[in-house]
Amino acid sequence: MTMFLSNLISGISLGSVYAIIALGYTMVYGIAKMLNFAHGDVIMVGAYICFCCLYNLGLPPAVGVLASMAVCTLLGILIERLAYKPLRQATSLAVLITAIGMSYFLQNLAQMIWGANPKSFQTVIPAGSLTLMGGELKISYVSMVTIAASVVVMVALSLFVGRSKMGRAMRCVSEDKGAAQLMGVNVDLTISVTFAIGSALAAIAGVLMCSAYPTLKPTTGSMPGIKAFTAAVFGGIGSIPGAMVGGILLGVIEILGRAYVSSELGDAFVFAVLILVLLVRPTGLLGKKIQEKV
Amino acid sequence: MKKTTVSKLVHKYLPYVVVIAAFAVCQSMISAGTMPRTTKTLLIPVCTYIVMAVSLNLTVGISGELSLGHAGFMSIGAFTGIVIAAYTQQVFNCSELLQLLFAILAGGIMAGIMGFLIGIPVLRLQGDYLAIVTLAFGEIIRNVLNCIYISLDGNALRFSFNRPDLPGQLLFRGPTGATGVNRIATFTAGFLLVLFTLFVVLNLIHSRSGRAIMAIRDNKIAAESCGIDVTKYRMMAFVTSAALAGMGGALFGLNYSTLVPANFSFNASILILVYVVLGGIGNITGSIVAATVLYVLPEKLRAFADYRMLVYAVVLIAVMLLTNNQTIKNFLVSFREKGHEKSGKKGGEAV
Repeated sequence: MTMFLSNLISGISLGSVYAIIALGYTMVYGIAKMLNFAHGDVIMVGAYICFCCLYNLGLPPAVGVLASMAVCTLLGILIERLAYKPLRQATSLAVLITAIGMSYFLQNLAQMIWGANPKSFQTVIPAGSLTLMGGELKISYVSMVTIAASVVVMVALSLFVGRSKMGRAMRCVSEDKGAAQLMGVNVDLTISVTFAIGSALAAIAGVLMCSAYPTLKPTTGSMPGIKAFTAAVFGGIGSIPGAMVGGILLGVIEILGRAYVSSELGDAFVFAVLILVLLVRPTGLLGKKIQEKV
Repeated sequence: MKKTTVSKLVHKYLPYVVVIAAFAVCQSMISAGTMPRTTKTLLIPVCTYIVMAVSLNLTVGISGELSLGHAGFMSIGAFTGIVIAAYTQQVFNCSELLQLLFAILAGGIMAGIMGFLIGIPVLRLQGDYLAIVTLAFGEIIRNVLNCIYISLDGNALRFSFNRPDLPGQLLFRGPTGATGVNRIATFTAGFLLVLFTLFVVLNLIHSRSGRAIMAIRDNKIAAESCGIDVTKYRMMAFVTSAALAGMGGALFGLNYSTLVPANFSFNASILILVYVVLGGIGNITGSIVAATVLYVLPEKLRAFADYRMLVYAVVLIAVMLLTNNQTIKNFLVSFREKGHEKSGKKGGEAV
């Protein structure tokens, strides 16, 4: 029982990281209608920036996190302006290939700057754990902080999108770009802000993920990126609560599958569940139904 | 009227001409001994990637479905091919040529069956959802292969899941894949496989079924209302593409002495997709050229080691930005219209 609980908690913790990444994916998809494959690599860049601040510059962890958020925000805006904005009228396949090119570019740039050897990332969160149930159940501080951070991010993002003026602009643009523009919404600015927020979230996710799983390589971000995208589709792409639910469920499924069925097949479980969900509910758990029009 | 038939003929036979010419040049270079060894080793992988790109073009370009799991079918074909080659050698004592033939056939059949099974759920979806599910299947195939062990015990093949303690000689051992493979793939076989692939794909495109597939791509509802069985034709394209990928995979697998499932990750699928997109979606000749150039280029750029993939990425982004740039598009269109005017005038004079 305690074994199960401890697995469940590490699942929720991993799922929280997926959820934060998935939030970025889902917002970008909702507004720009594109699969941003480079999102996973922004996570990796965020983790490297934090690593550099802590090791090479000797800055305190909080500054490292803020710096990586700042760099990733800029990076996100830059990627959107340089690579995606010129392709807004292009076919979705062209945009997808560009995003893949961007992903290769970031990975190889990181490899040139930091080398291909894995770096061991030391956690930004104090090591140690909370002991419960007479010493049987241990919850590491990393898990607790990760889960708390994802809840905070989720609430803040919901409030921002639901209440603020920029949030309303985002919802308008995601609904109908042309109509939003006619109503005086600055579409370019809105899309830039979306990319900025998504990338800042990716930076947080990168730092949290590398605190829990401390190997940092240029390809660190790609698999979590794909899984987070899966989580976003799972929860219903374009929906913020959906990304959160999808991310956490996916993390739990992955950890439980690894623990109880086969450690080799953890990823296969994640993808099998995704396929099942899409067959039963083709728009994801919390996605809106799309009416097919002639 | 006459012009359209000419362009149709070019459309249909140009790929063959390109491939046969390239094969003739390569063969004469080999027999003259002027081809460097490093280039020679690229010939079979290039053939494989041409097969992969052309078959993926059938799914992406002709059928209009974005598939991100093509390397999964390739891996099924590769490992089936390796096992069958070893089996036919041991049990039937086949010659290398027959082994290769059986391996490629078995790889194609196996991948085709998997394509059918995967197609049932996949083809119920559309657009980005279909793409993510093909990606998911590609990853599942790789994960499951990591758990499979196959051995040849006397005259029997033995399979196990997650247990390496099989009797006999292990042919395939999960994550470490296949080792000590007899490298029986030849360039001529690769060339023939490319021709076969072109034959299948081009004939399919220019047949009634091919027109039905393209009608579904262009407008599913309109096609359905014309009485086209949407599921049947989408499945036809998907399974053909998977089977051809399996055949290409078998050729690829028998060209290396070691092969691991990790070779066929998501990135491998993306690589093939890049060939298709840069070659021109739906353009078979384009796929052939793009697969050749883009496979050979990074290999030739090995001198720049660290920079080559960076350059590759930049080229990829630049090509996408330039081909979708409105000014350049307009320029090309005006250029083409001028060309048409000229040829139109010429036609007028002739009449």
